[in-house]
Amino acid sequence: MSRLLPNLVRFGRLLHDLGLDIQAGRMLDVARALPLIDIGRRQDFYYTLRTLLIHRADDLALFDQAFRAFWRPPRGERTRRDLRALGEQRRYGRPRVEQESLRADAESPEAASAPAPSPEKVELRTYSGRESLRQKDFGKLTAEELEQARALLAQFRWEPGFRRTLRWRGGGGRRPDLRQIVRDASRGAPETLALPGRERRRKPRPIVLLCDVSGSMERYSRMLLQLMVSITEGFQRVEAFVFATRLTRITLPLRAARRARAASPFAGRLAALAPDWSGGTRIGEALRAFHLHWARRVSSRGPVVLLISDGWDRGDPAALSREMARLQRGCHRLIWLNPLLGSPEYQPLTRGMQAALPFVDDFLPVHNLASLEDLAQRLNSLPDRRRSRRARTP
Amino acid sequence: MTFPTIDALQGALSGRRYIADRGLATSIFLALALRRPLLLEGEAGVGKTEVAKVLAAVLETDLIRLQCYEGLDVAHAVYEWNYPRQLLEIRLLQAEGALDRRAAERELFSREFLIRRPLLAALEHGGPPPVLLIDELDRADEEFEGYLLELLSDFQITIPELGTIQAAEPPIVVLTSNRTRELHDALKRRCLFHWIDYPDPAKELEILRAKAPEAPQRLAEQVAAFVAELRRAELYKKTGVSESLDWIAALVALDRQELDAETVDETLGLILKNQEDVEAIRGERARGILHRALAGGAHSAG
Repeated sequence: MSRLLPNLVRFGRLLHDLGLDIQAGRMLDVARALPLIDIGRRQDFYYTLRTLLIHRADDLALFDQAFRAFWRPPRGERTRRDLRALGEQRRYGRPRVEQESLRADAESPEAASAPAPSPEKVELRTYSGRESLRQKDFGKLTAEELEQARALLAQFRWEPGFRRTLRWRGGGGRRPDLRQIVRDASRGAPETLALPGRERRRKPRPIVLLCDVSGSMERYSRMLLQLMVSITEGFQRVEAFVFATRLTRITLPLRAARRARAASPFAGRLAALAPDWSGGTRIGEALRAFHLHWARRVSSRGPVVLLISDGWDRGDPAALSREMARLQRGCHRLIWLNPLLGSPEYQPLTRGMQAALPFVDDFLPVHNLASLEDLAQRLNSLPDRRRSRRARTP
Repeated sequence: MTFPTIDALQGALSGRRYIADRGLATSIFLALALRRPLLLEGEAGVGKTEVAKVLAAVLETDLIRLQCYEGLDVAHAVYEWNYPRQLLEIRLLQAEGALDRRAAERELFSREFLIRRPLLAALEHGGPPPVLLIDELDRADEEFEGYLLELLSDFQITIPELGTIQAAEPPIVVLTSNRTRELHDALKRRCLFHWIDYPDPAKELEILRAKAPEAPQRLAEQVAAFVAELRRAELYKKTGVSESLDWIAALVALDRQELDAETVDETLGLILKNQEDVEAIRGERARGILHRALAGGAHSAG
C-alpha cells in the first residue's frame, strides 16, 4: 500500500495528461475504495480504478491501454514511449485543433497569414461590386473574391426556427396555469377575472450538416466549408459531417476553428481528417453510416438537415432512396442543397438525384452568395410545424 | 446494508437470477460501499434497469423509479401541489367566510396538499434507504440534469413554501442512459460509471439458463450463439439480452427443441425490432448466421 499510493497519484496524472477528465477528489475515492477490495486480484483492482476514474464510454479503451501500460512489472523507463503513443492515438481519435497547428497545416502561406477582413472593409465596397460578387458562381471566385465572400458570409445569421419542447412556462398561452390560479385565489382574489395561462417552452432547432466532398464537388468545397463554419459560428446546436465514400464527423474541429477564428487554413487540416477528400461519392453508404453510428446521438430532437451534394452518386440508387427515406423520417425538414442547381440548364436527371428527390422537402441551389442569402432567409422563416409529407415507401 | 466482498455481492445477485460480470459487480459493490450514485450506460436491452430492480430485491428494500422523458420537470419528478384540492379548500373557506389570507396560505401549502413524486418520495422514505432508479436520463432535458446534479450532491430538496427536506439516509441511486445524447460531465463526475456491454455467448448462455430454466440446454446454446453471430452484422438496432430472453420464451412456447432456418425466419421479429433490419437478415443471411452459430456451438461442445 505504501508504494501503491504514489503510483496511483502518478497514474492519475498520466490519465489527466492523456486528456481524460480526472479530478483530485476522485483519487481520494480510490484511496477509500482500495482497502475494501482484494487488490491482489488484478481484475478487481482494474475495475475499481475504472469505475471511479472514468465516466465516458469513449474513454474506456484509452483507460484500458493506459492501465496495461502503467500497471505492469516495472521495467525502468520503458513505459514512457508507449504512453506517448497513446497520446498520439487520442489526438487522432478526438482531434483538437490549435491555432498554431492550423497555421502550420495551411495550404498556402498567404491564406494562413492574412487576417480575416474586418466587416468595415466590406461595407466600403460599392454596391455593384458586391452585387456581382453575390451572383458569381463559387467555382469561379478568385482568391481575393473568396476572401470577400468569406467576410460577407461571416455576417449571415442562421436561425432554423424553434421547436416546441414539452416543458411549460407561465404567462401567456391558452392552457390554464393552475399553480398561478391557486396562488391568486389563496391571496383572496374574490373571483378570478383573467385566467392565468401557460404555454410550452420553445428552443432553437438543431441543425445537421452533411456535406459531399467528393471529386466532382471540389471547386465548391472551399466555399461550402466556409458555409459550414459560418453556420457553426452563429449557432450552438450544429452537427457537421463530410462524406465521399466514407463519413467523417467534423463537428469538433469546426468548433475549434470557430474558437481559433481561423477558418481559411482549416480546409487543409480538414483534408487530413477526411481521408477520402475528393474521391468518388457513395451517398447512400455515407447516409447509412450516419444512421448506424450517429443519428441516434446527434439527430434526436427534430433537426433541420442540410445535405449538400451535386448528386453524382456512384452507389446503388435503391440504397440511396432507402437511406433518404429514413433520413427524412427522422428530421423536421430535409433540405438538399445542390450547387449545380444554379445553372439554368441543369436538370436533376442523375440516377442519384432521381433516387433522392422524392424524399427531399426543399431542393435549393447553393452556388453563389445570393443563393446562400435565400437559404438563410428560408431557414430563418421555417414553420414550427413539420411540413406534411405523403407517406412513401422507398 | 453492504456486502463484505465483491464475491458475496455477485453471489447474491446470481441468487436473484441476475448474472453480473466482475466489472459490473465491482461497480455496484463500490457504489454501495462509498455511497455514490451508479451511472450505467449501454445499448438498449443489456439489463441496465434490471440492476436497480435486482439490487432492491437483494437489499430487501423498496424500489422507487423515475422514468425520464422529454419535458420531465420538477412537477413530475419531485413534487406538485394538489391544485384541484387547494381550489376546493379555498371555496370551502370562502363559503364559511373564514378566508384569512395568511392562515389560508399556511394551510393550503402544507404537506396535506403536497403530491410526492419519485425524487421527493425517495428522500422522505422511512426505514432502510430505498433504491432510487432514474431511468433513461438521456431522454430528459438538460435543465433537468442540472436540477439532478444539485439533488445528488446534497440529497435535499427545497420547497419554497415548506422549507428544505433532507434525506435521513441518502437513497441508493442508480442512473441509466442509452446514450442518445451525452450527459454532462459534471453529473457523471458525481457517479461511479459502468458501461454494460453485450454479453459474450458464454455469459448470455448463463443468463438464458438462469432466466429460462425450462428451455432445453441445446436450444439455449443455439440461441446464445445465434444472437452473438447476429450482433456482428451491421444493424440499426442490435439485439439486446431482453430480446434474446423473449425469443427463447417464444421458442419454448412453440415447443421447439432446436433452431432451424424456418423457425428463425418466422420469429425474427422478436429479436430484430427494425423493419429494415428484418428485411436485410431474413432468408439467405439468417441461414448463414444460423449455420455459423450451429457450427460454432458444436465446436465448443466438442
